[in-house]
Amino acid sequence: MELLGYAPEIWLPFTFAALMGGSILLYVILDGYDLGVGMLTPFARTEEERDMMVASIGPFWDANETWLVLAVGLLLVAFPVAHGLILSTLYLPVFVMLVGLILRGVSFEFRVKARAKYKGLWNNLFFVGSLMTSLAQGFMLGMYVMGLEMTVLTVLFATICALGLSMGYAFIGATWLIAKSETSLQRDAIHWARRSILGAVVGIGLISVATPLVSERLWDKWLSFPAMAYLAPLPILSLLLLAGLWQSLSGPTYSVTTRAWRPFVGALGLFVLAFIGLAYSFFPYVVPERMTIFEAASAPESLIIILFGAMIVVPTILGYTALAYWVFRGKTKTLTYY
Amino acid sequence: MMDALILSRIQFAANISFHILFPTITIALGWFLLFFKLRFQWTGDLKWMEAYRFWVKIFALSFAMGVVSGITMSFQFGTNWPGFMEHVGNIAGPLLAYEVMTAFFLEAVFIGIMLFGFSRVPNWLHTLATFLVAFGTTMSTFWIIVLNSWMHTPQGFEMIDGVAHATDWLAIIFNPSMPYRLIHMLLASGLTVSFLIAGIAAFRYILGDRKETVRSQIRVGLTFGALLIPLQIFMGDLHGLNTKEYQPAKVAAMEGNWSDTDGHTPLILFALPDEDARENRFEISIPNGASIILGHSPSAPIPALDEFVAEDGTILHPPVNAVFWSFRVMVGTGFAMLLLSWGSLAFLWRRAEDGRRFAIRRLPKPMLWALVPMALSGWVATLAGWYTTEIGRQPWLVTGVLDTSSAVADVPAPMVLSTLIGYLVIYAALLFAYISVIIYLAVKARHNEPLTELTPSSGGAVVDAIAREDRGVVPAE
Ligand code: HDD
Ligand code: HEM
Ligand code: HEM
Repeated sequence: MELLGYAPEIWLPFTFAALMGGSILLYVILDGYDLGVGMLTPFARTEEERDMMVASIGPFWDANETWLVLAVGLLLVAFPVAHGLILSTLYLPVFVMLVGLILRGVSFEFRVKARAKYKGLWNNLFFVGSLMTSLAQGFMLGMYVMGLEMTVLTVLFATICALGLSMGYAFIGATWLIAKSETSLQRDAIHWARRSILGAVVGIGLISVATPLVSERLWDKWLSFPAMAYLAPLPILSLLLLAGLWQSLSGPTYSVTTRAWRPFVGALGLFVLAFIGLAYSFFPYVVPERMTIFEAASAPESLIIILFGAMIVVPTILGYTALAYWVFRGKTKTLTYY
Repeated sequence: MMDALILSRIQFAANISFHILFPTITIALGWFLLFFKLRFQWTGDLKWMEAYRFWVKIFALSFAMGVVSGITMSFQFGTNWPGFMEHVGNIAGPLLAYEVMTAFFLEAVFIGIMLFGFSRVPNWLHTLATFLVAFGTTMSTFWIIVLNSWMHTPQGFEMIDGVAHATDWLAIIFNPSMPYRLIHMLLASGLTVSFLIAGIAAFRYILGDRKETVRSQIRVGLTFGALLIPLQIFMGDLHGLNTKEYQPAKVAAMEGNWSDTDGHTPLILFALPDEDARENRFEISIPNGASIILGHSPSAPIPALDEFVAEDGTILHPPVNAVFWSFRVMVGTGFAMLLLSWGSLAFLWRRAEDGRRFAIRRLPKPMLWALVPMALSGWVATLAGWYTTEIGRQPWLVTGVLDTSSAVADVPAPMVLSTLIGYLVIYAALLFAYISVIIYLAVKARHNEPLTELTPSSGGAVVDAIAREDRGVVPAE
């Protein structure tokens, strides 16, 4: 089955890499904001405020995490050899991430169902779980950028990435809260966003500077002539977005609150741009510098059958996800089962 | 020091055993919630709404536990069993992908609307969301059981250079053991929840909570339990016949039959299989029993373990003790369920003084008390059943295709050991918290006034107070 003149051995891996990239991006944005809110919970002024923060993500977190399951699933089905290699190399950070996801996922429920005197404990676990997850993801991102090599320098780099990504999540989480909350919580969220944006900038900046230095291939990819011209919009747009975000956040509070969705959209734009940069760097590798998507792909007949399903199901999923966001649109109200 | 293979197996078994506890509850509880909601809509009786409100909390909690342990599961294949995906990934991959696409997203999105949308969306949409969540959990079960059953009875593929390639997807999906395993699992879930509902309600009743909703829940749990258990025993028998045909070594281990190959094989009620001497000690058995059950004739031959030892002495059958005993635990629990549900219904059938049937008062104290520990009987039987199934497949990971030792990752053993300990500690703590919270919710429900009105906004202080307490704003004591 050829497509636009390409053999299935070429276009199928490419399509699956795109699908996988798409779900990683969606995951990072969606779970990014709810992990971010989780990391901000200790800064809530009152218990009501904390309940509100949790309520703003309550109906969404499960579906957000499902994009991670899909991304890992696609890695598993489309590039099984790479999946084994990546996950067994990142064995420990994956474990830390999973423990984090377990703790925060169950704390959502336990904090309101357990005896009131334990609520503080579950609040803490909710925070710790969110933090562990974000740090572990940032660490894995750093290791991946460094080609999964374990040296003192790469581990140091990965550690900084861990902090950077966590700040990035906290930032998009704060902008989510600006959009979904009112009054004092909203004012606090603006404050948090101003703080965390700096961390995010440092994180993105550092990865951008380090990437070309990792290998000659990446150096040429970014800093040779025609490429530089095509790529120029990426850093330029990012800087413009940052400037815009900074201006809207540092202005008087009322101007933020009347356009409450703007910071979130700006943060989203930043994530997308950073993601495009990373995707450009790695393509066509699925394990950096070691294995391309074409070498790692599984048998075409299995990929076709998944693709067939995905073409029908993924639009449906996007459809009912939109329905859920519409049902819970507007400012967050307290969560009740009835 | 144990090697990475053993540790990875223990870790995988621990993870999936923990995971299965929660889907077992949510699969059927989703349908029960729909049942409670529809009963309320048809009868207008608020006791059904109270049942819904109580169980929806336990559903939400179980669902969260299921999701987080499930996410862990989806990483296990890569971290611990890369060989599995390398050899059979072309088959397992699409099945897992379909599970994510058709089931996980469905439940994950609609659970938000189901849990928190009650007063935000029209009633029909809420009912639809409840239905879709129940449907989604059932679809999950379908796809994962397809994969698991294919590992037991693989077909519809060809091996090229040691890698399985699909040739016929319908044959893969409808592999010989799939229908039996799927139905048996769905019934297991139904039974687990029936006894959970009856058990928790009995516990509330014993604590002095005599609300109408509590009595109704005991009746609902017992009735569904009594209806499902005969079906389950019948299905289990069919499942066994199917296994005898496709995995005879497993049946030989379940029956503890070492050497009888010429029929008249007894049904062993108790024995201590000795794997070195290859015989049973202290055997108590019913003559011809196994032949009659599995072959429908006293002289029917039954697979024997000795048939599965190669010329050079290599053992090709699963470990006997584990399979033999877990099978007996499952069947024993099944018969305990049969006895208790039908026994209780027989007592309830007798008329009370006012001439009405099904008065919970008529239930003898010991039976009421027995219902409480039986709340967890479904868990016991389900785990035991899965151990029979999975250990019975050894030494194969995919019957006849891939053996377990060639699938393990080469992660250093100490690393696996440390994560294994980590998981065990967390799981033990969470299990403790989960059970404590269910008990706490049951104890707390005693203080709720019976519902008199539905809408929280017009329903006045009581409902409001419950709602606030559920958010944890007001301390419960
Ligand atoms: C409430 C739970 C429950 C109860 C009461 C029973 N089972 Fe069961 N059984 C399961 C829950 C279960 C299970 C956990 O769901 C298993 C594991 C895999 C499967 O499909 O079902 C299982 C597996 C399983 C197998 C293994 C088949 C294989 O994998 O080759 C057999 C032969 C039976 N069952 C037979 C029975 C019989 C004869 C029962 C009569 C009392 C019985 N089960 C009661
Ligand atoms: C949910 C109930 C299940 C339980 C309690 C369970 C339990 C177990 C146990 C105890 C083993 C170890 C057997 C041994 O090493 O002797 C095992 C092995 C395994 N099972 Fe399951 N299993 C379940 C379902 C599944 C499903 C649905 C799948 C796949 C889709 C699966 C895939 C595997 C794999 C890949 C192994 C290999 C690891 C090993 O042999 O230890 N299991 N399982
Ligand atoms: C017989 C065995 C299994 C059954 C019956 C089963 C069923 C379910 C069900 C019903 C859910 C929905 C969540 C819930 O209700 O708690 C779920 C969640 C999940 N399961 Fe399993 N499962 C089994 C084994 C596995 C295995 C082997 C894997 C790993 C590949 C797995 C991966 C997952 C994942 C990732 C989730 C989370 C989905 C979400 O985000 O909503 N499950 N499972």
